[in-house]
Amino acid sequence: MSITLQDAVALIALEADLLDHGAFRDWLTLYTPDGRYVVPIDPDVEDFESVLNYAYDDAAMREKRVERLLGGRSISAAPPARTVRLLSRYRMLETTDATCTLRCAQHLMELRQGRQRDYAANVTYRLKNTDGGLKIDLKVIRLLTATEALTAVSYIL
Amino acid sequence: MQDLPDPRTLLAPDRADGSIYSDPDLYDMEMDRIFMHNWIWVAHRSEIPEPGDFITTFVGPHPVIVCRDRQGVVHVMLNRCRHRAATVCELRRGKTASFVCPYHGWAYGLDGTLRGVPHQEGYSGHLDKSSLPLVNLRVEEYNGLVFATFDETIPSLDSWLGRTKPWIDLFMKQGAGWPVKTMGEHKFTFPGNWKIQLENTTDAYHFPIVHKSFLDSVDQETQDTLNFVGGKGFVEDLGNGHSVMVMIPELVDLDENLDAPIPERFAELAAGLSKDYPPEKVRQIIRAVGGSGFNLNLFPNLACSMAFFRVLRPLSATSTEIRHIAIGMDGGPDVANQARLRLHEHFQGPMGFGTPDDAEAWDRVQRGSLAGKNIDILLNRGLGHEAQRPDGNLYSDVSAETGMRAAYRQWLVAMTDKAFPAEGEGA
Ligand code: FES
Ligand SMILES: [Fe+2]
Repeated sequence: MSITLQDAVALIALEADLLDHGAFRDWLTLYTPDGRYVVPIDPDVEDFESVLNYAYDDAAMREKRVERLLGGRSISAAPPARTVRLLSRYRMLETTDATCTLRCAQHLMELRQGRQRDYAANVTYRLKNTDGGLKIDLKVIRLLTATEALTAVSYIL
Repeated sequence: MQDLPDPRTLLAPDRADGSIYSDPDLYDMEMDRIFMHNWIWVAHRSEIPEPGDFITTFVGPHPVIVCRDRQGVVHVMLNRCRHRAATVCELRRGKTASFVCPYHGWAYGLDGTLRGVPHQEGYSGHLDKSSLPLVNLRVEEYNGLVFATFDETIPSLDSWLGRTKPWIDLFMKQGAGWPVKTMGEHKFTFPGNWKIQLENTTDAYHFPIVHKSFLDSVDQETQDTLNFVGGKGFVEDLGNGHSVMVMIPELVDLDENLDAPIPERFAELAAGLSKDYPPEKVRQIIRAVGGSGFNLNLFPNLACSMAFFRVLRPLSATSTEIRHIAIGMDGGPDVANQARLRLHEHFQGPMGFGTPDDAEAWDRVQRGSLAGKNIDILLNRGLGHEAQRPDGNLYSDVSAETGMRAAYRQWLVAMTDKAFPAEGEGA
């Protein structure tokens, strides 16, 4: 049976909840070992490896990112910004019993040192059925403002 | 007219008044006296390789188009239609045969010549097209770095860069024998004055403190390489506000020490490259991928910083845009350029492991500098043991504030056309 929208959304909502509540180590377990977490700059790019991105994280980089946020040794992340994100406008682009690709909208509010900022993004997930259940194999966060001058993002989008 | 601030009262050779980060009148003076009367970096040659290629950028607050004409000559032109001032181009980059203003359709050539005016008969002979080109700035180039200025009278770029030129040449060795090319950029703003950023690329002192979390994320060998405060490096005043900060002396000349062992973190990359290149070339590429061991600061807006270009743009007295432009080998192996991109992403940009912490520190400098009045910013680190090279360059240890003192000395010259009183006269 193909992966259902309901199962896919359940995983994505879990990810959003973990990130907004600072459960970064739990977040790591949602990804496949070869999974990628990508925040591109160029709105049209598909070959992320060949271009400069904001983030192009394999498992090792994701782990380092989490340690940075939890380690208390980064002045921009001690403490990390607090975030609240809303995901919506889900659309299943394709689905089989092994993988699916889902696209949605994300609106994230950030609060740090009295400044509130918000980021809108189109997010595409490729999810994969594994022995350990449904996992994220690829997450691509296309910020609406990706080509503009941003401010420091010391958390996980 | 209101009284302008007197920059001489705000700066001494070893300190500055905190108001230099926030006084809007001082900022207006800077935009005129510094950004309209010095060579300002605008582009790297590789961004506009072919005739018709252009980018849009800024010289201080002034929007400009940087464009290569049919003869291959680079023009830097104000992005301002000569009719009623609309910007003629809003694309970040592209290729074109002409620039057509969207408002009433005036059309300009790649060199800015006004070629076409719709319904020209409406001017009944009173429009001299030849007198209305896009305003061209003066443009000169050194080793791929393109600079422009409004000022027709200042000395040539060559003499302005002066003693920095050998360092620019060393920096460009990151091409590993290929030309250097740009490979995209991280662009971000911080709520603070541009000079806070100007200081930072000649500030080795902060590195082990601010970048702890970055250092935690790299292997021991890299940590040791980056443990340069207290080491053999140095900061040297190169004149005209420029300076070089050598953090890793072994990585000054990337074509030397080619038999040094390949760092562990590059072992896999080296193995891959060995399939296509002889051992000597592999070592040259690997050394280039790691970047240079120094920051070269070119007053007022460019730093050739280890492995990338840092470009600053003042937005207001209390807001600054920074671009970290990635560079690579034009024609070099893809895997090596990709390794450079991953290294750039690791440290730089709004989601890097380094930049957000830098930005936080600068942000705090700006906010803290508003506390109280008449309190100095100290610029005296390393002054006690500062010495002079045979060629006259001042230098001190790697964490000295010699580079900042050099930049502020030039700042004062530009702001007043006068330098500090001679030694001993006091300030
Ligand atoms: S403002 Fe450009 S054509 Fe009128
Ligand atoms: Fe830094």
